[in-house]
Amino acid sequence: MAKRKRIGMEVALAAAEAVGMCNVDVAAVYPITPQSHIAEHLSELVADGKTDTEYVTVESEHTSMSVCIGASATGARAYTATCSQGLMLMHELLPIASAMRCPIVMSVANRPVNAPLNILSDHSDIMPQRDSGWIVIFSENGQEVVDLTLMAYRIAEDKDIMLPVIIGIDGFILTHMVEPMEFPDQKEIDKFLPPYKPYATLHPDKPLTMGAFAMPDFFPQMMKAKDMALLNSKKTIVKVWDEWERKFGRRYRPVETYRTEGAETILVTMGSMSETAELGVDELRDKGVSVGLVKIRLWRPFPSDELKVAVKDARVLAVMDRAVSPGTGGGPVFTDIKAVFYGEDSRPIIVNYVMGLGGVDVTVGDFVKMGEKAAKAKKEEYEFYGVMG
Amino acid sequence: MPVRDYIRERFFPHIWCPGCGHGTVMGSMIRAIENLGIKKSDIVVVSGIGCSSRICGYLDFHTLHTIHGRALAFATGVKLSRPELTLIAPMGDGDAFAIGGNHLIHAARRNIDITAIIMNNSIYGMTGGQYSPLTGYGDFATTAPYGNIDRSFDVVKLAMGAGASFVARTTTYHVRSMIKILEKAITHKGFSVVDILSQCPTYFGRKNKLESAVDMLKYYKTHTIPIGSKEKEKNPDLIERGIFVQEKYPEYCAEYDKIIEKASKER
Repeated sequence: MAKRKRIGMEVALAAAEAVGMCNVDVAAVYPITPQSHIAEHLSELVADGKTDTEYVTVESEHTSMSVCIGASATGARAYTATCSQGLMLMHELLPIASAMRCPIVMSVANRPVNAPLNILSDHSDIMPQRDSGWIVIFSENGQEVVDLTLMAYRIAEDKDIMLPVIIGIDGFILTHMVEPMEFPDQKEIDKFLPPYKPYATLHPDKPLTMGAFAMPDFFPQMMKAKDMALLNSKKTIVKVWDEWERKFGRRYRPVETYRTEGAETILVTMGSMSETAELGVDELRDKGVSVGLVKIRLWRPFPSDELKVAVKDARVLAVMDRAVSPGTGGGPVFTDIKAVFYGEDSRPIIVNYVMGLGGVDVTVGDFVKMGEKAAKAKKEEYEFYGVMG
Repeated sequence: MPVRDYIRERFFPHIWCPGCGHGTVMGSMIRAIENLGIKKSDIVVVSGIGCSSRICGYLDFHTLHTIHGRALAFATGVKLSRPELTLIAPMGDGDAFAIGGNHLIHAARRNIDITAIIMNNSIYGMTGGQYSPLTGYGDFATTAPYGNIDRSFDVVKLAMGAGASFVARTTTYHVRSMIKILEKAITHKGFSVVDILSQCPTYFGRKNKLESAVDMLKYYKTHTIPIGSKEKEKNPDLIERGIFVQEKYPEYCAEYDKIIEKASKER
């Protein structure tokens, strides 16, 4: 493997650089904090002729996703980026993109949803999109953002998948951080990511209809096809990640582990907090507390089997949710994980800490505290960590 | 009442950049309301998202800070349920004409008694100086480094075309007339649109060689004229300011009440 130069760059700009290497035909992005730097930098790359992309400036996110679906339907490789209210405004379009099997890629600079207005970071924007039929992958540092973005079209456009992909990049905590990272050469990417060959496209010579009215005789089949495609996508996603590892040396798994060997208690995280959690685990291990860490990288399709293997010997799972699922009695990651263990003969005690909402800093010390508390857990718990009232 | 009785000082200092025109708009709104003698508790201010929307935090009325582009939709809901209240919707370029453009034309068409204040700085300030539907042809923005090829909306013509019954334009240089215009707009029974040219030195100024807020204010002084001025014949590029439309059309809430009365009688 070639030794590459590491360069320092703001992660949002790096995301745009990676998109710029993907030969994207159409990009339609509406500015929204903290995503705007991606939109800006991509427009610079287009203006400077560094990528041959039609950049459509739209009047809202509803339109940016509509433009992407239209472009994708004609066989173009399409890209957008957003977060928070922008993602909520797009919500109506997301299931259409997946049902019409449009392999769009979208960066989401995860930010809370109103009200009250907050522009910082948490996962409240992505959670309402869970059932939209998109593949959702989370990143925890700048290098991962670059790698996962570069791999996203390979995954989305694979003939066994043909589904849109979201790359989650925690707002500010990741987007606005300057980090060291390395980029493959354009030639290597061109080899890794061949031009998109669509199954079916809108073309005047071969008329066809997409997304038309479907009666009950056909509609359920479409829904089943979408779900099957998403459930089956996992093995192809892993195949693409394996190829990346062979070529570029960095390994990605649907569920990743850190010091889980023999751990009685396992913390479960998703997104940027995972690196901080690693330091917390180190500190806890130094104190003699038997703790490990499991990181959910692939949020949809949910990696149930991989999770079961990763935590098989744990007595307690402490799930850290960066979003609330109001009225459920637990955060979204927590409830999904609980479902995984239904039907298992032996299952861990699962506790849930909802934390980091609205950009609250989650420190190494917080993970130490949560880890110590979880290690003593006797039954299921659901707690807003550090929140008064 | 002194101006400070109308603001929530606990939220100061405000987030607007040094030299921003939005504070002047807020100050003028307060003075207009003071002159009209409307009770603070009878006023509802509804804003969307962006620099303009922060006004809801600073003004000590009933304030509703909503989502991007929907200030008028929320305001319509408030007005229909409590028609006796005075509704003011300060909005930025995007709220009023991009993402929220539909709401503006339909509020105008219905002639609902809301005062729409367009804090028109010709740019998206909060997100970093992208061009907006109010950025002029040839103007520069972070997303238009070689000049904007879109033409901007003419706020006044658009509001007139959509049927607003009160349409005016002013600038942050012309503070005294701005206060008078706002008084008339707020008391006008029907949908009022006030286009206020408000300087953004941070983004629009910097990108368009208008180095300081003072330069931009001077620009408003030299490039605008009262409606009907002969100067316009000599230089058609001058922007007219003043009250363009002030008509009595049926007001939406009043019409709605009439329908309720009619339907109740026929039952």
